Amino acid sequence: VIYREAGQFKTTYAADQAVFPIAQDRWLVGALLVAAFVVPPALATEYWLQAVLIPFLVYALAAIGLNLLTGYAGQLSLGTGGFMAVGAYSAFKLATAFPWLNIVVVFLLSGLIAAAVGLLFGIPSLRIKGFYLAVATLAAQFFLIWLFNKVGWFVNYAPSGTITAPDREVLGVLVTGPNATAEARYVLALAIVVVFALVAKNLVRGRLGRSWMAIRDRDIAAEIIGVRPLRTKLLAFGISSFYCGIAGAELVFLFLGSAETLAFDINQSFLVLFMVIIGGLSSILGSFLGAAFIVLTPIFLTNLPHWVGLDMSVALQKQIELMIFGGLIIFFLIVEPHGLARLWQIAKEKLRLWPFPY
Amino acid sequence: VVRAGGRGGAAASSNDTPTDERTREREDIMRVRALLIGLVSVALVGGAWAGAALAQEKSVFIPLLVYRTGPYAPNGIPSANGFNDYFNLLNARDGGIEGVKVVFEECEMQYDTKQGVECYERLKNKHGGAVMVNPFSTGITYQLIPKAPVDKVVVHSSGYGMTASADGRWFPWVFNFPMTYWSQASAFVKYVAAQEGGFDKLKGKKIAHIYHNSPYGKEANPTLETLARTHAFELTLLAVDHPGQEQKSTWLQIRRLNPDWIYISGWGVMNQVAIKEAAAIGFKMDHVVGNWWTGTETDVIPAGDGAKGYKSMTFHAAGSGFKVHQDILKHVYDKGKGAYSDRGKVGEVLYNRTVIGAMLNTEAIRTAIKKFGEKPPTKEQVRWGFENLNLTEQRLEELGFKGMMRPLRVTCENHEGNGLALVQQWDGKTWKPVSDWIEPIREVVRPKLEEAAVVEGKKLGYTMRDCAKEK
Repeated sequence: VIYREAGQFKTTYAADQAVFPIAQDRWLVGALLVAAFVVPPALATEYWLQAVLIPFLVYALAAIGLNLLTGYAGQLSLGTGGFMAVGAYSAFKLATAFPWLNIVVVFLLSGLIAAAVGLLFGIPSLRIKGFYLAVATLAAQFFLIWLFNKVGWFVNYAPSGTITAPDREVLGVLVTGPNATAEARYVLALAIVVVFALVAKNLVRGRLGRSWMAIRDRDIAAEIIGVRPLRTKLLAFGISSFYCGIAGAELVFLFLGSAETLAFDINQSFLVLFMVIIGGLSSILGSFLGAAFIVLTPIFLTNLPHWVGLDMSVALQKQIELMIFGGLIIFFLIVEPHGLARLWQIAKEKLRLWPFPY
Repeated sequence: VVRAGGRGGAAASSNDTPTDERTREREDIMRVRALLIGLVSVALVGGAWAGAALAQEKSVFIPLLVYRTGPYAPNGIPSANGFNDYFNLLNARDGGIEGVKVVFEECEMQYDTKQGVECYERLKNKHGGAVMVNPFSTGITYQLIPKAPVDKVVVHSSGYGMTASADGRWFPWVFNFPMTYWSQASAFVKYVAAQEGGFDKLKGKKIAHIYHNSPYGKEANPTLETLARTHAFELTLLAVDHPGQEQKSTWLQIRRLNPDWIYISGWGVMNQVAIKEAAAIGFKMDHVVGNWWTGTETDVIPAGDGAKGYKSMTFHAAGSGFKVHQDILKHVYDKGKGAYSDRGKVGEVLYNRTVIGAMLNTEAIRTAIKKFGEKPPTKEQVRWGFENLNLTEQRLEELGFKGMMRPLRVTCENHEGNGLALVQQWDGKTWKPVSDWIEPIREVVRPKLEEAAVVEGKKLGYTMRDCAKEK
């Protein structure tokens, strides 16, 4: 009853092609967006913003990036951590070399640098596919981390070998550096994610997204109908790395504050890949759901015994947390192999018929 | 078995007084309520009841970031237990620090930086707010250094962390006494020189540094490079990538190079593998010296007899033969509150190190309480206490640490203190000290350290403070 599009007639092509063609969806997303911008900064504690919501937003952006490449274009990549590192180190170099540059511009530029590096490492994808490509992108991961570890120039020859986010303002509000409030960081991270999620959503609905999916589903057929593999695959790598690069820059500037190369090791690549798989391949919503699941579930499980007043040793708690987390991953993949996004889609179908299913 | 550490703050409030009984009753009611609300809507409850129950007592809160699980757990467990046992000892034997209870709570972070940040954010405002933190990971220390002056939480990275932060003029909130990686590396070179018969004998000698390829592992490199230039020894730097299970190529290079001495900066599984490899290629074990994070029981035992003769740096003695251990066994273990289930493990290298760390923390807080007389002390006062810590030989004896470590004095300029290093050797069963206390080559280390402090301090937008103006 509540969720029915009956009576909503589309009279223009624009209305038919809208991102959210159903009015209820529009309202829901609109309300969620407003709530996301207003409620947490007003109500959430510093812990919730800094340790829970900001990493969620950062990883959601990285997951969208990888989803464009792996989900839509079908190119398996294990280089996400490396591309995120490129973004982070470029952002550090740019922010320190040009202190007058607006931090948003710094993020965009470091995304572009990551995109260039992604293009370069995407070249093997023209000849190899599937697991072989995953191995080739693994090379990117290891090479990039080695490079940042080895060459002192990337860390401005700091004796500690780490990069640190300097204090930077947006519209007169401090958003990075240790003195920035968690609220300011959160709002910036949210704004970036919202803009780029919208861009991604439109990308995948357009010509480019369709050619990505054509390549993914059958590359030879795609080539025959006129999709150029070189351009399409490289664009997938470039755009995906752009997203990952910005996510990497955010990881250091908005979340960690200071980082070494270990923050971008191979585990990051796997983590983001798991987000994409659990959330749902080729779904923007899935990237958010996957990031939420991977980032929030462990934190939720860690805090749960405290909230219900259970006293147990932290080691036992961690072991239980790992077991439950692993179990949940398997559970969700068995219940819905196409990820959480598919579950949501099924729920929507059922909602349309509720309360009179046939 | 309920472990004291897991119960965290609750462990501190166990005296049987009427007030406490009431507190407990109230706690129970609150617990039931929390349980109910928790079942209805888990996400909304928070840890309010725990905070409310504990706030009535005079206490200081010290969060503990620990890693009892994950790949670094063999190192993390003794470290965490040392803190637990010493804080419990203080609360049981002395009733806290000058009557102020030590409240502590553990948070498991698996030696992972992101989880460490989550832990820090979760704990820092609990129990009336953390006054200080022991990150117990160089990576997390780097994260916390920028936050320290903002949150007004003292970061004490005892024998690890960022060397440059030893310059207190740039980093007022960060302390790394009793010693830094750079001082340690210089003490190692001094030890080698003594073994070879003088600094002039170092000329042409070959020293290899095998290090964990991370900012931590690389810490010793600049000092070793400087000393290699001044004393004309040949230095080879060999990086091992995280986590360090694969070192075949490194040790192949060692065989080809055949160095006179090997210095290792490792952590976790890298140490065991390195020591096994050294034994496997038949290297003279008494010429292999680990830094103080590369010389624990768990590092040498897997190599069996092959590890005999292996040496490592340290800044305190190992073993459980000191008075503080008797006190811990008597006041903590005999009451069933010990962190270990096996009391034979009391006195392990890392355990002793964190018992000392806990002692340094609490003595610094005591310094603050004695000076300002406020109970509990404020965060600024605690910082002052760290900066003016003066542990005399007599005080160490009173505390039961006589012979275990050296007197220590921290100043506004020097947050590293005047710690001395020691070389210990593994005889197949225990670690035995084999050298005198070694003074680091401070005239080399300190100027470099001050240079680095300028770079690191400016990176964070700090300005140098004038120590002459401090009270």
